[in-house]
Amino acid sequence: MQLDSLYQEIILDHYRSPHHAGLAEPYDVEVHHVNPSCGDEVTLRVELDGETVAGVTHQSVGCSISQAATSVMSDLVIGKPVSEGMATYEKFLELMQGRGNVEPDEEVLEDGVAFAGVAQFPARVKCALLGWSAWRDATAQALAKSEGVSNA
Amino acid sequence: MTGARAFSSPLDLQSVRADFPILSRELAGGFPLVYLDSANSSQKPLQVVKALEEHYLQHNANVARAMHQLGAEATAAYEGGRDTVAAFIGAANRDEIVFTKNASEALNLAAHTLGAGLKPGDEVVISEMEHHSNIVPWQLACERTGATLKWFGVTDEGRLDLSDVEQLITERTKVVSLTWVSNALGTINPITEIAAKAHAVGAVMVVDASQAVPQFPVDVSTLGADLLVFTGHKVVGPTGIGVLWGRYDLLASLPPFLGGGEMIEVVRMTGSTYAPPPARFEAGTPPIAQAVGLGAALDYLSGIGMDKIAAHEQAITAYALEGLQTVPGLTILGPTEPVDRGGAISFELDGVHPHDVSTVLDTRGIAVRAGHHCARPVHERFGMQSSTRASFYLYTTPEEVDALVDGLGFVRSFFKVD
Repeated sequence: MQLDSLYQEIILDHYRSPHHAGLAEPYDVEVHHVNPSCGDEVTLRVELDGETVAGVTHQSVGCSISQAATSVMSDLVIGKPVSEGMATYEKFLELMQGRGNVEPDEEVLEDGVAFAGVAQFPARVKCALLGWSAWRDATAQALAKSEGVSNA
Repeated sequence: MTGARAFSSPLDLQSVRADFPILSRELAGGFPLVYLDSANSSQKPLQVVKALEEHYLQHNANVARAMHQLGAEATAAYEGGRDTVAAFIGAANRDEIVFTKNASEALNLAAHTLGAGLKPGDEVVISEMEHHSNIVPWQLACERTGATLKWFGVTDEGRLDLSDVEQLITERTKVVSLTWVSNALGTINPITEIAAKAHAVGAVMVVDASQAVPQFPVDVSTLGADLLVFTGHKVVGPTGIGVLWGRYDLLASLPPFLGGGEMIEVVRMTGSTYAPPPARFEAGTPPIAQAVGLGAALDYLSGIGMDKIAAHEQAITAYALEGLQTVPGLTILGPTEPVDRGGAISFELDGVHPHDVSTVLDTRGIAVRAGHHCARPVHERFGMQSSTRASFYLYTTPEEVDALVDGLGFVRSFFKVD
């Protein structure tokens, strides 16, 4: 097992100074997701402008992988249409579940390609997906809200 | 580097380790396995695996309800496991031993059956250092019945805070349920003292001995507990079996937990009557081979001697506490002296999350646990989100502790922590 393939410098950089960290106003929906097996927690806010992700901010406690993945995720989805963000998630998920056999697409995943090594550490895949699951949940709720559908 | 420090154990570690083939494994990168996660699950000696194998290959059948020769052999083997467990913990009577699937089920059984007698105004007392399995079943029982849950706090040193015991255990208290040895802090609690206070107000004393039975001799006849639980896989036995011990008269007074085959006396469509303990609490086909394996495991530990295992645990824990405290930026959660302390040490390393600690150690063959160890409230008590835990058993060597201490030095340099 190659440590350097897991902890790429890009990941450690995002971990030390995560992008879009700190919960900001205004926002449409706030969610709180936890990883019950290890205790990692993320609070995440999403603001939509129509079908576009206007803003994502987050505050989390967790390991380097989960914090860095949330930071990279925010960079990838902000300013993009929701559908594109969801498609990026699918690409990232495919990479995570690929056991190291999936060639990441740098055009789509940008800094996210640094997580390719995580796929070889099955116990850590859920760390890399925590922020994504929070964003997907918050975004789905925000869309439902803007369509006037009750979510109660 | 730690260098050689003084260490003395009554166990012949080489011969003990020869019984556990897995301990000779080499992991990725050519690193020998350093297994420091025995509080999570212990490794199994050949003697246990052979007992399981012989049972399945030579004596397998269902118990009690099978009338043929193999049925009789399987029943004798299963009940033999019960005899071994009863003798191992000093039970007055073999019928005081109930087999469950694990310690969690045993605690749920206790909370469910004792809970049947709870009502609003009654109180159940637990502690902040409990495993989730000794918190949630009591929360559920209190929600069902309207009883109130109260708990002992934990001192800064990681000991049970007894300062408000008189306010906690009162005439309203019906159940006190405490861990004997904390799986997160390592703290050994004064069970006999608390049991006396519980009994003085007529409350039932339940003890979670999941981390105690593996580590030192247990005698329920003098402990003061009314119910006590532990699990097979932490005492070098198989997974899939747990034990509930109870004073017979108490067990006989409790209602059934799960309904099904073998727990009944007479079943009519209008209602049923129930078998006496332990059968009352063993609905359905029980963990038969696992009981055989558990018997073999306890025989194995008895053969080595629980006194010696306890002395080794004490020595290796002291050695580890000393070694870990040389690591800069490392904070131990729980008692830092090897007094009234079991062999599980949780710690925090400044600047590195426990997952990252454990992943880096894992790449060097060192297996530890990272997270909240199913004990979130006690982490919250110490303002921690999670921790890394190293735990030891009869096969743990001082060289493995040295490997951990060196490994933590590597973790710090890898993450550039100063």
